Amino acid sequence: MSEQFDRIVMQMRQGGMTRREFVGRATALGVSTALASAIFTKGARAEEAKKGGVIRVGMSGGESTNSLDPALAASEVPFQVNMTWGEMLTDVKPDGTLDMRIAEEVSSTPDASEWKFKIRKGVEYHNGATVTAEDVVATLKRHTDEKSQSGALGVVKGIAEMKAEGDMVTLKLSEANADLPYLMADYHLIIQPGGGVDNPTAAIGAGPYKVNVNEPGVRHTFTKHANYFDSTMGHADEVEILVINDNTARTAALQSGQVHMINRVDPKIVELLKGVPGVSIKAVAGRGHYVFIMHCDKAPFDNNDVRMALKLAINRDEMVQKILGGLGSVGNDFPINSAYPLFDDSIPQRTFDAAKAGELYKKSGHDGSPIILRTAPGAFPGAVEAAQLFAASAQSAGIPLEVKLEPDDGYWSNVWNVEPFCASYWGGRPVQDQMYSTAYLSTAEWNDTKFKNAKFDELLLAARGELDAAKRKSEYSEMANILRDEGGLILPMFNDFVSGVSDTIGGWQDDPNGELMNGRAQVRCWLNS
Amino acid sequence: MHPVLKLVAQRIALGLLLLLAVSAVIFLGVEALPGDTAQAILGQSATPQALANLREKMGLDQPAMVRYFHWLGGILTGDLGKALTNGQDIAQAIGQRLGNTLFLAACAGAISVPLAILLGLVAARYNGRWPDKLISGITLSTISLPEFVAAYFVIYLLTQLIPIFNPVAMVFPGMGFWEKLHAVALPVIVLVLVVLAHMMRMTRAAILNVMQSAYIETAELKGLSPMQVIWRHAFPNAIAPIVSVVVLNLAYLVVGVVVVEVVFGYNALGQFLVDHVAKRDLPVVQAVGVIFAGVYISLNILADVIAIVANPRLRHPR
Repeated sequence: MSEQFDRIVMQMRQGGMTRREFVGRATALGVSTALASAIFTKGARAEEAKKGGVIRVGMSGGESTNSLDPALAASEVPFQVNMTWGEMLTDVKPDGTLDMRIAEEVSSTPDASEWKFKIRKGVEYHNGATVTAEDVVATLKRHTDEKSQSGALGVVKGIAEMKAEGDMVTLKLSEANADLPYLMADYHLIIQPGGGVDNPTAAIGAGPYKVNVNEPGVRHTFTKHANYFDSTMGHADEVEILVINDNTARTAALQSGQVHMINRVDPKIVELLKGVPGVSIKAVAGRGHYVFIMHCDKAPFDNNDVRMALKLAINRDEMVQKILGGLGSVGNDFPINSAYPLFDDSIPQRTFDAAKAGELYKKSGHDGSPIILRTAPGAFPGAVEAAQLFAASAQSAGIPLEVKLEPDDGYWSNVWNVEPFCASYWGGRPVQDQMYSTAYLSTAEWNDTKFKNAKFDELLLAARGELDAAKRKSEYSEMANILRDEGGLILPMFNDFVSGVSDTIGGWQDDPNGELMNGRAQVRCWLNS
Repeated sequence: MHPVLKLVAQRIALGLLLLLAVSAVIFLGVEALPGDTAQAILGQSATPQALANLREKMGLDQPAMVRYFHWLGGILTGDLGKALTNGQDIAQAIGQRLGNTLFLAACAGAISVPLAILLGLVAARYNGRWPDKLISGITLSTISLPEFVAAYFVIYLLTQLIPIFNPVAMVFPGMGFWEKLHAVALPVIVLVLVVLAHMMRMTRAAILNVMQSAYIETAELKGLSPMQVIWRHAFPNAIAPIVSVVVLNLAYLVVGVVVVEVVFGYNALGQFLVDHVAKRDLPVVQAVGVIFAGVYISLNILADVIAIVANPRLRHPR
């Protein structure tokens, strides 16, 4: 027993376990709950952050076309880079609660239509200037301007009026929004001096590291910002992010010690990597999901019987096993899972039912011509294989589903949001409101299922301004049911973030908000030895 | 004018004309690609409003002909413009990448060319016997291996089993020469394996071809050793075909190694080009395309000139 116990203590010290997990496993070995809990407290404290060294991260998802302008960040590497040098008003902690960053306090009027953010005193930028309320307003204004091409335009659009007074920023919203502090954690909204209007790519921020070398698509190096305000982050002297898009080279770089962490470990090789000494695999459940989307306004998908038949004709468990290598969880045709606050876990799980699917398909009166599902290797990892599995299970239910392979090149402009049925993915959002408003509200610009439902819209707007959590939860639950039963979304699986981490790294914590500890692994972790 | 100079001048003029034609073809090719820059940059997250703004900002609303001639004027004055995607100065961005491309090609060339010629000579000397068969067998198997397979093999062998090199071969300004050599060792090994066979086989064939001549028999009869016969009499007369193959392979080392670059994360021009094609960044694609075409054409001119100079019959036309 003691050997097993040592192992879980070890694992806990490396940060791989929450208190609940640790106590659960320790009591299973016969240790009393009180003792296990005490050991956890001691163990967690025993692991103190070590200072110094160079943390190297090898990542896929970087191109030589990347920019340092936070408004334009869209892929993994720019995201990770921006999280190294920048700070937002707020952030979201791994447990889903709000983390106060540049703002140290936030309050709202009872109807959630006006919010006040108190700016933390004495936070210093890399250039020595101090973060002011005016900078915050200027930053938000820049993202509100359509010319900035900001990825956060949809987030800041709802702010009708902004005002800076002393250390207080006041935001008046055109519609009440109880989630505004969470929306301010959007990774595009990095506070820049003067809002970054003069030079958006200067990469001057208040984050823990200063940009040293910026070679897009190759590497990004950083040195410690000496006057960083938060002593719990930024342990290494230097950080390097190397762009290694090739899966094999990235894995080899981790194994040979050239880098300390990598993102996007291929699910196919996870089992092989588990046996490699010095390296551990972190599969973290997140909010990202892989989907097949039908346009609700185009034949034959304008018929809910066809949509429901297809939803019942997909084998979700098989997808999770074969496409994700078990590193994920089944979806239930609405884009929310237990990683979101206010998730209703009582909604029944939809399962594969060939008989019922065939019945509904017959009832729909579809003429039996092939239903074309378009996919491409880049739609999501394993999208082609997933589509083929889907076609096979649908055909077994008597639905003539056929896969059409499209090229990666131009997929997001020629197929996605254009063709009525295709494979796609979503990265998830910090709160339910943002996910639903982005893609399922009738008027949403990225409503890629063309789902228009008045009752759903009404509930969404009501929930947005609702400060009573119980009521809000029931509204979200009702919306989930509407979308699940009438929407054009087929959501077979939520994918885990799978990263590889060297055992020399301390301080790792699973974070469902994003890959590699929501972009901050290089900032929150440290080097042992 | 000396006939050789005239020939060389003709070749260069033809090359420039060819380059112009190539630039037009590249432009047309990129224009014909589906999708557009604005959509490619904004990706899945594009809204129609943001797309329209971006197109206008990048001048994509102007007709293609106008953009082509505008760019052509720029390149003649040495101004390659700015990348549409991240606003970097193209000439500057390409400069360093081109340096890396040439460094890798030079390292691979410096090893593979002498090695291939030497092996070719040895194979010709022992024509049909075991050294010939061994050399041909090995080099033909390495050329038959796809580059990425060879790359994964050397990564496994030299970073995991015998960890003496790094799997990621990035080089940066500020690295010392030996440090750089150590970094690029793996891609160089792979490239040498890939280009060796072609040059070796051509050297061997060209020498064997010359060996049939009467003057070789004379040389043998006057008592020279077989290696001396090959080195002093056969090799000089086989230079033209060998040079043309060598140059072809050098051109390949510069323009055709994107797969190797990607596998080793080597920051050179090939990967840079692919990224910008994916984002429909026309000015960058054009610039890199023209550089690649320029390298290819000038190396071929060089091969022609060397063949002319090395060939007495072309050097002294009757």
